[in-house]
Amino acid sequence: MALLNITSPHAHNKNHTAWVMQQVLLATIPGVAALTYFFGAGTLINIIWCVTTALICEWIMLKWRGKPVAFYLKDYSAIVTAVLLAIALPPYCPWWVSLIGIMFAIMIAKHLYGGLGYNPFNPAMVAYVILLISLPVQMTQWAAPLGADGASWIGFKAAFLNNFGFAPIIDAHTMATVLDVMKQNDSLTNNQLFEEYSQFGHFGGLGWEWVNLGFLMGGLYLLSRKIFTWHTPISMLAALALVSLIGYNAGGSDSGGSPFFHLFSGATMLGAFFIATDPVSSAVSRKGRIAFGACIGVLVYIIRVYGNYPDAVAFSVLLMNFAAPFIDHYTQPRTYGYNK
Amino acid sequence: MSQADYKEITFLGLWKNNPALVQLLGLCPLLAMSGSVVNSLGMGIATTFVLLTSNIAVSLVRNVVSDAVRLPAFVMIIAAAVTAIQILMQAYTYSLYEILGVFLPLITTNCVILGRADAFASKNGILPSAYDGLMMGIGFTLVMVILGFFRELLGTGVVFADMNLLLGDIADNWEWHVFKDYPQFLYIVLPPGAFIFTGFMIALKNKIDNHFEEIAKAQKAQEPKEDRRVRVTGKIS
Repeated sequence: MALLNITSPHAHNKNHTAWVMQQVLLATIPGVAALTYFFGAGTLINIIWCVTTALICEWIMLKWRGKPVAFYLKDYSAIVTAVLLAIALPPYCPWWVSLIGIMFAIMIAKHLYGGLGYNPFNPAMVAYVILLISLPVQMTQWAAPLGADGASWIGFKAAFLNNFGFAPIIDAHTMATVLDVMKQNDSLTNNQLFEEYSQFGHFGGLGWEWVNLGFLMGGLYLLSRKIFTWHTPISMLAALALVSLIGYNAGGSDSGGSPFFHLFSGATMLGAFFIATDPVSSAVSRKGRIAFGACIGVLVYIIRVYGNYPDAVAFSVLLMNFAAPFIDHYTQPRTYGYNK
Repeated sequence: MSQADYKEITFLGLWKNNPALVQLLGLCPLLAMSGSVVNSLGMGIATTFVLLTSNIAVSLVRNVVSDAVRLPAFVMIIAAAVTAIQILMQAYTYSLYEILGVFLPLITTNCVILGRADAFASKNGILPSAYDGLMMGIGFTLVMVILGFFRELLGTGVVFADMNLLLGDIADNWEWHVFKDYPQFLYIVLPPGAFIFTGFMIALKNKIDNHFEEIAKAQKAQEPKEDRRVRVTGKIS
């Protein structure tokens, strides 16, 4: 019989973590569906592969650390980490890239820091950033979205054979993402960009608009189930919109892109609702969460427009994870009955 | 000095009081210059040379220099030794000198060297001081080379590349391609990889120490057999 050391409060909702994690998984469905529709079945293959390897890594680490294996495996946290990483990875990256990512996420970023509840950084984002820095070639090859010039939907079999190195997809051509194009551009106005490049959609990236809408839907569902409070995501999106409005400059050639473009391109919605709201690595108090989210929003814009990498959500979230204890220190709520 | 002391100094320098893994001194060159075996070895040898010569010199002047000015005096001695090795490397291993760059003159500020000068050489005779410097230097070099080996292997898939920069023509063909078509894994090539691997090495060392401690404890526990009380409060698992 396994006896766990549990501190007060002892009145608890049984397996609450597992329920929360299941809700998060459920909420990723619309976004994943949009990703699959526009970029082919690679995302699904990645998710299956990442979840499998994550469970194996989790099992190894729990055994090694002498923790009750079944209890922790059933809380779905490893699966959520795996799914978030799989969504963030390019759909057609080779199997070993995702494997290295999962190993870093579960073994180093999660268990070496003490396991679930102790990790100061979001494991999925640590893995993503390590991969992005280490393997820039594999990590920046995004497939062209369905509807762009020459893109076709890639089926399960082709995606599987490609990701596991049996038969590379020859005709699947990759394309610079819209964020990349926007960053490199210094001569065309925004309207010209949208006409010139087929990967631009109505106001954001083609396909990316729907992916972001999907994650927005999922996020609102989570908000309605009170999985997290509104403070982090809303302040992050508001700050991003505000800063990009300042840098919009009426869409001229030196424009950083419209607020809508930034809200509905790249990983904005995924980051706002699924990554930044991680209860372990974000700030705790409500005021703190507003500051935490707003700083992420500002950083996302700064890194997207002035940094070296096309997207910035992972970097911003990690940077603010560093700052979370500091924010908490200065935003402690007033204790009832005391003046500040 | 008796023979046992030298044994103790060896053990302290290489393992128990290893400058890189236990004292955690000299981290700056350790983290920045351990990207490949040749860099590690070059840096390690330079540091060992400085440790050896500065320990000898400090030990020589230990009764002359007053306590109040001892640190500036030691730093001057160390700086002289560093300048010597810098000029030597410039003459004989110029390309390595170029690669190590600013980290060669920075050996002056390496805390291992000043630490040994103040903690050991200024209190002991010439021979033990020289031996201590040598052992500390070898301990540091060993850690650096192991770190360099794994970072080069996992970062680039090649080991012992460019060893001829340090060892001359005999090392021309030492380059060993372990993995075919290995993509460069930049995270390990860059300094963060050094942090992670140093952490792993420290963890491994502590694990080994704990293991031996437990064995020693178990042996001690077995010796007195008259205690026959039964333990009733055990760990239930």
